[in-house]
Amino acid sequence: MSIDQFIENFTELFDETDPDTINATTQFKDLEEWSSLLALSVIAMIDEEYDVEFRGEDIRSSNTVEDLFKIVQSRAE
Amino acid sequence: MEYNPFSLSGKTILVTGASSGIGRETAIACSRMGARLVITARNQERLQTTLDQLNPEVDGHMQLIADMTVQQDIERLVGEMPKLDGAVLCAGNSMTVPLQFGTREKLDSMFNINFFAPVELLRLMYKKKVLVKGASVVLIASIGGTHSFMPGNGVYGASKAALNSVMRYAAREYATRNVRVNSICPGMVNTPLIHDGTITEEQLAEDAKRYPLGRYGEPTDVANTAIYLLSDASSWMTGHDLVLDGGFSL
Repeated sequence: MSIDQFIENFTELFDETDPDTINATTQFKDLEEWSSLLALSVIAMIDEEYDVEFRGEDIRSSNTVEDLFKIVQSRAE
Repeated sequence: MEYNPFSLSGKTILVTGASSGIGRETAIACSRMGARLVITARNQERLQTTLDQLNPEVDGHMQLIADMTVQQDIERLVGEMPKLDGAVLCAGNSMTVPLQFGTREKLDSMFNINFFAPVELLRLMYKKKVLVKGASVVLIASIGGTHSFMPGNGVYGASKAALNSVMRYAAREYATRNVRVNSICPGMVNTPLIHDGTITEEQLAEDAKRYPLGRYGEPTDVANTAIYLLSDASSWMTGHDLVLDGGFSL
């Protein structure tokens, strides 16, 4: 499981945000496009791509894209 | 004799999904209104907890274990049931997922429990004449899919909208035997279902503020509405989807 692939999967969820502006240290909740629907999409993407159960609380406790990735990594077998 | 058009005294009522949330509360409330209860769910232990809380002044409460997603279980269940004066079909599940992630697999899983199971149970209860003349059936649907279209609720909402559609057809067809069929369409109700973690407690508390009456529903709100629909007080009411949402969909 690579963080680059994770960033790509994460970035694909956005429509308006320039993909080049999203990297491991991006504070994703500060992105203008961030919304509650995008949060649900992140949860669904993680379920689909990594078969990992992610919760709203995990989004809440994460600040950067890398924070999200670390949680996914810790739960993947 | 005391005047009470909402009494369920002398009636036998089935409640599915009775091991938790709306189903459990509805079963308990109906027994307190004098009904004899037939309760069903998958988990024996949790169902027993509900059985223990039913009104002991009424004799003959029974529990039947069944998994509503298994066809043989539904058939066995209908075979084991006594004649029913009413049924509240609460067994169901929820799913919060944006449509672009709503795969066929997810749709199947949602429709299996929220649509195919109650529709098949209703069909067999009518066909096998388990539902007596004058019986009342209450389906637990949702405002989602018919009155409210919140992002992320599409797969769930579609299954409940389909249920509301069958409810109306059944109301028309079953009227020939004076069997009434209605649904309750609740907004968000405080049950284990919505506190599953997909949405944080913080977000839920914030969302509850958007309800004109200032709060989410409680299982007892739905239970009391079910009592009305099961009782003779609603004997001229059929084919209705009763919105119960603290004013949310206004």
